[in-house]
Amino acid sequence: MINLKCHVGIGPRVEGEALVADDNFSARYDLDRINGVFSRPQHKLAGQSYVDRILVLNTAKGGVASAWMLHEMKSRGIAPKAILFNAANTILAQGAALADMTMCDRFVDGDVTTLIRTGDRLVVDPEAGLVTITNR
Amino acid sequence: MKLTHEERAMLAGEMSEPVRWAIDHQLKVGRMFDAVDLVPVSQSHMMADPESVGDAGVDFMERLADQGARVAIPMITDPRGVDLDYYRPLGQTEEMADIDRRTIAACERMGILMTNTCINYQTVMSPVLGDHVAFGDTGVVIYTNSVCGARSNYEGGPSALAAGLTGRTPRYGLHLDERRRATRRFRVEAQPRELTDWGVLGAVIGRRAGSYWEVPFIEGIDVVPTSDDLKHFGAAMASYGSIPLFHIEGITPEAPSADAIGADALDIERVTEADLDALRSGFGSPGDKVDVVVFAAPQLSLVEMQQLARYSEGKRFVSPVIVCTSPQVYADAMRMKLVEALEAAGAKVLQGTCFYNQYAREIGEANGWTRLLSNSAKIVNILGGYGYQPALASMQRCVDSAMAGEIV
Repeated sequence: MINLKCHVGIGPRVEGEALVADDNFSARYDLDRINGVFSRPQHKLAGQSYVDRILVLNTAKGGVASAWMLHEMKSRGIAPKAILFNAANTILAQGAALADMTMCDRFVDGDVTTLIRTGDRLVVDPEAGLVTITNR
Repeated sequence: MKLTHEERAMLAGEMSEPVRWAIDHQLKVGRMFDAVDLVPVSQSHMMADPESVGDAGVDFMERLADQGARVAIPMITDPRGVDLDYYRPLGQTEEMADIDRRTIAACERMGILMTNTCINYQTVMSPVLGDHVAFGDTGVVIYTNSVCGARSNYEGGPSALAAGLTGRTPRYGLHLDERRRATRRFRVEAQPRELTDWGVLGAVIGRRAGSYWEVPFIEGIDVVPTSDDLKHFGAAMASYGSIPLFHIEGITPEAPSADAIGADALDIERVTEADLDALRSGFGSPGDKVDVVVFAAPQLSLVEMQQLARYSEGKRFVSPVIVCTSPQVYADAMRMKLVEALEAAGAKVLQGTCFYNQYAREIGEANGWTRLLSNSAKIVNILGGYGYQPALASMQRCVDSAMAGEIV
């Protein structure tokens, strides 16, 4: 079991499987939101499903419009379970607050995209600012 | 977070359910960004285009309106996704128009003023130095912070709505003095001369600075820019770099000098003609075919409308030309026969929309448009992600190209 300390985040405590890339996240330009996959060909997760996964990425990109998008994705049940960033941006954090989607960032031990590996089982507790890797 | 007596009552649901939702939302966001308290704001501005809001977002706003939500401060809106007087010819569907109709109805019930503009600082009510506001639209926020010296974070639609309902916003980021100090220092060695030059300069600095928490200080500008110049400059900088605030020495109100804003100790980074040319070179060259010419992002001011009408006078466009302006400017431009002049040349003037957030992908597919030409450095950046091959040229060259059907 590995504990990773981060900043206090947003949303409920969740458990799930990690999908990790050293890349960024734009709800508007990186995703096929209907089918729940990363669609921008240049994205490191291109072709992979994000549905019910805990995404682990570097930072959030995109304009003000993306604040509505997590809520819209979650309302159709085609959404990630949580998103962990090295650094979230203000817009996506606001979007997570509306969607009640779990989001954390600013990890004390360094680059979260190397600390966590795809397939890791995670428990994310935003209130405590704590992410636990349970399979290692 | 420290709450006043009134704010605690809001959170306890003593005002109304929409106000409870709003302040709860603000506390969640505020905690994530270490806000100590909430700051009263004088205005709120919401981006709620149907493409990003979706059915779920409209349901949400309708529910708030059903629960009796009323805004506590003047609250205005960013461009809509559909010009309800002209959408079928663009290939927009009834479904798209319906989402917008429902959004408008819900917003009106909450007392929101449907200004549908991203140039509210030119047309509605410009904030003043030290004014705290909650504005959406990155172009609006960067202009408000930088040129007006007012204070706003990027407030996404839900957060702008929350601010409208409580009359406050979490005090983090650009509301704090320490976040407004310069972090990068750029010396401009190539003078911008017209709108597109300003956009390109903003794009180069935005791309280099590249983060919401960077504040560029810019020196070496030897002209006094107009509001339209700075509009294109800021919109491009925000688009390429998520930058919400810049200072220009001797021009913007918080930066009479480098030391006034903490830039004197920073290393100087040069911005040269070669840097500007490098950015331009990614966006088309003479002889390229043009499927559509777009003037938007940000919406055109009355002055830009007049400029464009003058260039277009007596001309006949071969390529489709779309012009987006605010409903406020549109009314004036109608009265002054600028719309007539533009449409006589073959352009179509839309009101209350802005091309990139009015289902640009679907419009492109419906009309077979991929090679798009614009004088906006912002729009050519965005539309690459929507299946277009965008090209950039000055307003005059865009007009000449629209007559030739290719970039001249």
